Amino acid sequence: MSASLTLVIVMAVMYAAGIYIMLERSLTRVLIGFLLVGNATNLLIFIMSGRPGSSPIVTGTSLDDTMADPVPQVLMLTAIVINFGITALLLALIYRSWWLAQLGDEGDTLTDEHAAETSGDSEVTFRSSTDDEAAVQASLDASEDGSDDDSSGADNTGNSDREAGT
Amino acid sequence: MNILVPLVVAIPLLGAALTLALGRRSRYQVAVSVLSLAAVVVISAILLVLVDQQGPAVVHVGDWQAPWGIVLVVDRLSAIMLIVSALMLLGVLLFAVGQGIVEGDQETPVSIFHPTYLVLAAGLFNAFIAGDLFNMYVGFEMLLSASYVLLTLGGTGARIRAGVTYIVVSLVSSILFLSAIALIYGATGTVTLALLAERIPELPGDVQLILGLMLLIAFSVKAAVFPLSFWLPDSYPTAPAPVTAVFAGLLTKVGVYAILRTQTLLFPDNRLQVPLMIVALLTMVIGILGALAQADIKRLLSFTLVSHIGYMIFGIAIGTEAAIAATIYYVVHHIMIQTTLFLCAGLVERIGGTTSLARLGGMLKAAPFVAILFFIGALNLGGIPPFSGFLGKVALFDAGVQVGGGLNYLLLAGGAATSLLTLYALARAWNMAFWRPRRDVENYDSAMLNALQDDPHDEGTVLTKTTSPLMTAATATMLALTVCLTVFAGPAFDLAARAAANIEEPSTYIDAVFPGGAP
Repeated sequence: MSASLTLVIVMAVMYAAGIYIMLERSLTRVLIGFLLVGNATNLLIFIMSGRPGSSPIVTGTSLDDTMADPVPQVLMLTAIVINFGITALLLALIYRSWWLAQLGDEGDTLTDEHAAETSGDSEVTFRSSTDDEAAVQASLDASEDGSDDDSSGADNTGNSDREAGT
Repeated sequence: MNILVPLVVAIPLLGAALTLALGRRSRYQVAVSVLSLAAVVVISAILLVLVDQQGPAVVHVGDWQAPWGIVLVVDRLSAIMLIVSALMLLGVLLFAVGQGIVEGDQETPVSIFHPTYLVLAAGLFNAFIAGDLFNMYVGFEMLLSASYVLLTLGGTGARIRAGVTYIVVSLVSSILFLSAIALIYGATGTVTLALLAERIPELPGDVQLILGLMLLIAFSVKAAVFPLSFWLPDSYPTAPAPVTAVFAGLLTKVGVYAILRTQTLLFPDNRLQVPLMIVALLTMVIGILGALAQADIKRLLSFTLVSHIGYMIFGIAIGTEAAIAATIYYVVHHIMIQTTLFLCAGLVERIGGTTSLARLGGMLKAAPFVAILFFIGALNLGGIPPFSGFLGKVALFDAGVQVGGGLNYLLLAGGAATSLLTLYALARAWNMAFWRPRRDVENYDSAMLNALQDDPHDEGTVLTKTTSPLMTAATATMLALTVCLTVFAGPAFDLAARAAANIEEPSTYIDAVFPGGAP
């Protein structure tokens, strides 16, 4: 098996950088780290296919010796699709997490998105994100007005809410 | 009978599509998901009988012969895992439906819950019948993606926080698994398990060791084996009760199944025996010590879950036929009992309004039936004779004694201590929550209770919820199933022994995939 040295170096750098970034606290950086490591793994699969060759399409005649190994390409395609789906999910989660963070203490004690939902009107679940964006915008505006007050009184209000529930 | 094999994945997937399309008609959604899982239960029962009589069922998808195409293989081990997980999924689904009826679907937004749950089931079944490593990876990813959604259901602050930890940990283990697959392909030129079983032993010892370790670490994260188990007790208890029950019962056992499959089929030399044993001991002891420090029933159960994974790793590490048989029996027992206990905890939460031992009390009077259910479950998990927990542990210890050696006896001691401590932790929980009179809860002062750690995301007592008969009935039926595992322990253990015989003789598996000999 032979492989291109450039590819190996690129893969190694992507793995190293990806793992380093994944160790950060910020979720967006974790996502970027995951993307880097995921694509480094795709490269690793590609490197494992060995030397480059002609496209692996059998045209009715016998197998061609110069053909590239098709199996790793298939594995890679599947892995790319899976990574894509999970990235989309992570982005949604990061957005939600950011939205909760913007709400501050209210976000901490928010019990359920679907509190008012019954089996009859579950279309609420399918509603557009405009409501969310409006709410975030409103809370952003509010926090710009009095950001200092928020940070000082943040912990107290959260605790009193929780104690009231017990 | 081969046509039945792909159906166990296809039916839940089609069901998922249908329930998604029926997003606004919850009644039809429930019907579709219950029917699809019931169909899988029937199919896997038929498969179990046929496979037990006629040997492994093999399907070459699209008639592409292995090792080029995708192979689906159901041997006795796969068939056992299929039927047990299908039964558990169906039981928990009924519990969730019951909960939805009572709550007006607040905890489980119907439109998302059913499709995701069915995709989880499909991924789980796919991992069990996969005949190649990559298909197993796809199965893992399906069930993990579904579990990400189920864990963050409702999108509350606590669930998002727990979900993020869980997702990042799972992603890292998935990437490790995929990298291991890439390296295995590079070393052997195939991902088909049956062919790998022939080619990996021909590799140099060091290469085998690295490949085996990479797979082991990737699966250990999923199975929550000791140093890699820290994520579990923080993430599982935040989900809704039925979701936690499924995760606890099945998601960790998929990891155990994958370890069992790969370590016995691909790396039969068992070079990792000593490290596996040490890890098993640490998993058992440290897990149960964690459980002792918990004041929240759901967190306590999560720690016992981690702890009891150690028994299965112990069995895999011994590696003899008797040990593998005991491991299979123990896996089945543990899937059933852990799922049931988490459902009991769900019932306790609804009746008592909390799962914190500091605030629960008088539950015996309030819900005598739930008290009995939890009591039997606790005795079973704690390994009191004659329950299946006891039988599984005895079989495991017996297999350990047959091999002998200092390390084995150390593990026996650790296992016995873990069993007793499990009983202690659960009996204490039962005493506090059920036996203690309600009036004693106020001003109850105990150094022990003050030392325990409560759930950091505790939302306080919420006494507005009620239970439906369906929830109790589903829990009781599942407990009855675990008791059946005790009553019919003889036939069940014989089946586990026959499955272990298959595993100890990999040629059965290889010949089934390549009837004319491996290429």
